[in-house]
Amino acid sequence: MNHWLTILTLVPFLGGIIVAGLGAERKKLVRGLALAFSLVALGGALCMWLHFDAKSGELQFVEKFDWVKSLGIQYFLGVDGLGLLIVMLTAIVTPLAILASWSVDDRPHVYHALILWLQAGLFGTFTALNFFHWFLFWELGLIPAFFLIKLWGGPKRGPAATQFFIYTMVGSVTLLLSFLAIRLATGSFDFIELAKMAKTGELTAKLGDVLGWKSHIGMIVFFGAFLGFAVKVPVIPFHTWLPAAYAEAPSPVTMLLTGVMSKMGVYGFLRILLPIFPDQIRQVLTPLLWLAVATIVLSACAAFAQRDLKRMLAYSSINHLGYCLLALFAAASVATGVTASDLQKAAALDGALLQMFNHGLTASALFLFVALLERRTGGLRGLDDFGGIRKVVPVFTGLMGIALFSSLGLPGLNGFVGEFLIFKGVFPLVPWAAAVSTIGLLVTAIFLLTLIQRVFCGPLNERWAQLPDLTTAERFLVLPSIALMFVLGIWPQLVLGFTDATVMKLVQQLNF
Amino acid sequence: MLAWTIYISFIGVLVLMLLPRDNARAARIVALLTAIAGCVVAFVGAMQQSNPGEVTTIVKADWIPSIGAKYFLAADGISLVLVVLTGLAAIAGILFSWNIEKRTKEFFAFYLALIGAVYGVFLSFDVLLLFMFYELTIIPKYFLIARWGSTRKEYGAMKLAIYSFVGSHLVLIGLIAAWVVARSQLGHASLDLIELSQVSFPIAFQHWVFPLVFVGFAILAGMWPFHTWAPTGHVAAPTAGSMLLAGVVMKLGAYGCLRVAMLMFPEGVRMWQGEIACLAVAGIVYGAGVALVQRDFKFVIGYSSVSHMGFVLLGLATLNTIGLDGAVLQMFSHGIIAGLLFAVVGRMVYDRTHTRDFNDLETMQLGKQLPFAGVTFVIAGIASMGLPGFSGFIAELQVLMGAWTVFPKLTILSGVGILIGVAYTLRAVQKGFYSDAPPAPADHDHPLEPISLPERFGAVMLIAASLIIGLFPSLLMNWIEPCFTSPLSMFGRLLAKGVAQ
Repeated sequence: MNHWLTILTLVPFLGGIIVAGLGAERKKLVRGLALAFSLVALGGALCMWLHFDAKSGELQFVEKFDWVKSLGIQYFLGVDGLGLLIVMLTAIVTPLAILASWSVDDRPHVYHALILWLQAGLFGTFTALNFFHWFLFWELGLIPAFFLIKLWGGPKRGPAATQFFIYTMVGSVTLLLSFLAIRLATGSFDFIELAKMAKTGELTAKLGDVLGWKSHIGMIVFFGAFLGFAVKVPVIPFHTWLPAAYAEAPSPVTMLLTGVMSKMGVYGFLRILLPIFPDQIRQVLTPLLWLAVATIVLSACAAFAQRDLKRMLAYSSINHLGYCLLALFAAASVATGVTASDLQKAAALDGALLQMFNHGLTASALFLFVALLERRTGGLRGLDDFGGIRKVVPVFTGLMGIALFSSLGLPGLNGFVGEFLIFKGVFPLVPWAAAVSTIGLLVTAIFLLTLIQRVFCGPLNERWAQLPDLTTAERFLVLPSIALMFVLGIWPQLVLGFTDATVMKLVQQLNF
Repeated sequence: MLAWTIYISFIGVLVLMLLPRDNARAARIVALLTAIAGCVVAFVGAMQQSNPGEVTTIVKADWIPSIGAKYFLAADGISLVLVVLTGLAAIAGILFSWNIEKRTKEFFAFYLALIGAVYGVFLSFDVLLLFMFYELTIIPKYFLIARWGSTRKEYGAMKLAIYSFVGSHLVLIGLIAAWVVARSQLGHASLDLIELSQVSFPIAFQHWVFPLVFVGFAILAGMWPFHTWAPTGHVAAPTAGSMLLAGVVMKLGAYGCLRVAMLMFPEGVRMWQGEIACLAVAGIVYGAGVALVQRDFKFVIGYSSVSHMGFVLLGLATLNTIGLDGAVLQMFSHGIIAGLLFAVVGRMVYDRTHTRDFNDLETMQLGKQLPFAGVTFVIAGIASMGLPGFSGFIAELQVLMGAWTVFPKLTILSGVGILIGVAYTLRAVQKGFYSDAPPAPADHDHPLEPISLPERFGAVMLIAASLIIGLFPSLLMNWIEPCFTSPLSMFGRLLAKGVAQ
């Protein structure tokens, strides 16, 4: 029995306690220690990456023992390619976020402790395989995020934090009720076991037997769980908390929110919803696809209408995760054993996983650039506040340009590969959805180019004639993300190699 | 052994009475030592109980043979859980009343008398004895509020006393009727709960007696619409008083519902099951909704208690093992968490700021002035809204699981209550501690007194208790569960037919 995953989760958690105990006075020590803990976690994640057997789609690093026997609650951890990928992403984004928060002066010990706890919550969510245990971390991630927005956010942080919390809680409560119903019907909280039952159709039958309302109960339970994840991703129309939260949160926190926390929703769809409710998803497939398409197109249009950099990037974030959902729902379509469609499904899911990782990387890098810009302008970030600054800050312009083009999906950068695979997979499976979604691609290109034009090009706004360019330290700060964008754009196999086996297994699971 | 919890508390009362009037320090120390001794006895006694599924007799002696009354103390797992809760709550309450200067010794004498009587209720297995202890709690409650309370204290105390007396009257009528019927069936007079639980009362009889006894007890458990004593009483009471009221006194009501009403009249429960569940869910949602719009900080907590006790009643109404498990665990959990919330609001905030109005508190930046209070309230709030990791989650989880099978629609409705619970807790956190409102000019001459050591101890103790049970619920579940599942369980009759239906 190994304890890699437990240790990985405990490192930031204990780190948070230590950092919080240091007090507000020793600012340097607080920052240094927080960074050290997040780097240790990164090292741990890298070690696991190296020891991971990529050829097997099975769960690895499994830890399992009874916790509360009478309720069927187990301490059950494990990762497959999907889990490890997101754990890796969390481990990469957190140190960057801590480095980006170097200038936080208000109660830095609490701030950094909350960031580390958030990381612990995320690690836990992505590794737990028993509902109870998973839910504990799912909620644990929420509390630090709430306080980070509430206490260190922008001028309208109060309402934004509350809205964020309430929306997520609505989802959590319906999710909880759904899983209680499942637990009653099946006696199990174990995701893996439940997926097996779902495959044989046993789950729906049992739900009907135990709870009555035979024809509808499966659907009701599914919608409860769906809402929980849909709010988190978010899917339009459950997205309204997101722009406010992203815009009001301090930019380093937004990096974590968009880079990793939004992945909790997509991860939930992949790990929980898709394997446990394949029947229900198929029954309402068309509406679900419409939701995904609407998310893609409408959020791109909404981003186009924004005049605040952070809000624009927030909507673009919704747009990018919409592609993941499109791929997921498409993969659940056509129920046959046709090998050709298997390949398409695998492509779509591979694309979705890659897109999750890419979006985490790119979106957090973009918010990092916004953080650097805000630091220089004293918090100004309106699209119309700038103009022509490429002449004064060429390095900043160039690097942020790379991140923007990655977000736009330019070939050669990471964003392209993911979106390409998704469309390659989705087109043969559900042509109409793929076709309509391309509008989203188009609008994305338009608004990102508008951004580049308004902020970087055109006549120089005299106000910013003295804007300092990136310092050496800041260049090193953005370097890892930019380098990864190129590496993954040219050699996506680095990620795909790890997820292939998992994706094949998922596809097998969906075929029955 | 467990009986000593009662005796120790009353000995403490006697010792306090003998102390000189003006020695406040000695009174505090005596009270604290008594409470600690009681808690230790409760713990050790509970550990010694080898088989929590059965009723283990502690003392059994004739008391009034002509009516069959006995001095009968005993305990099963449910009693153990509640006795331990009482022990913890008693210590915490004293730690949070360390600053009482007005008639200190009388305050603690009443306090310990209340604790002793509560122990007595949880350990009595003779109906008359139980009822006597139950009545005995009313007197110290009344005086604690009327003398040491705040905000309309006479009104709050009187309301609580009247509601309690009305409740006990209903109970008394029901019990006398049951005694008469039982005597003709058994052939001899008996008030022994175990004997009474074997009597099959006629269905028509149960149909009207059960609601009488149940409602009588449920008034004290804060069942909607008989809850109105709870918010006013909690608000008027001194900090330790509200901690005990919410922490253990409300549990007396719920305990009575389970131990007396439901045990004796299983058919009656089944007839009224749906109605009870409806009232419980109404309480959950209504209590939460009212808490959402309060301006007085303490009223928020007061109404939240009504909402949380709704879960206990909902769990009782499910009549299945998991729901009842959850109900008992929720009694424990709410006792700890509500105590902590009242401690923060009453002692840490009100005693220092002398206001509980959110409009005033918003300008005080308490999160910065009293960081310990802020963090404690946030943790208690998280526990109270039922986030996983704390005891409230695991308790409400089981109640909801139990309720899903019986009342799926009501279960979904109670989800709304949980959500409003999140909303009012967040609102209280924001308005009370971390408001964005422009701060009032700080009064540098009178800075708020820092959080004292006893307060810190008390807060840490309660948080630890909730956290430990949240992470290792088996510690208590091992006591509660056998009470419902063991073949010798006295609740067998209640559950067995419930399954068949």
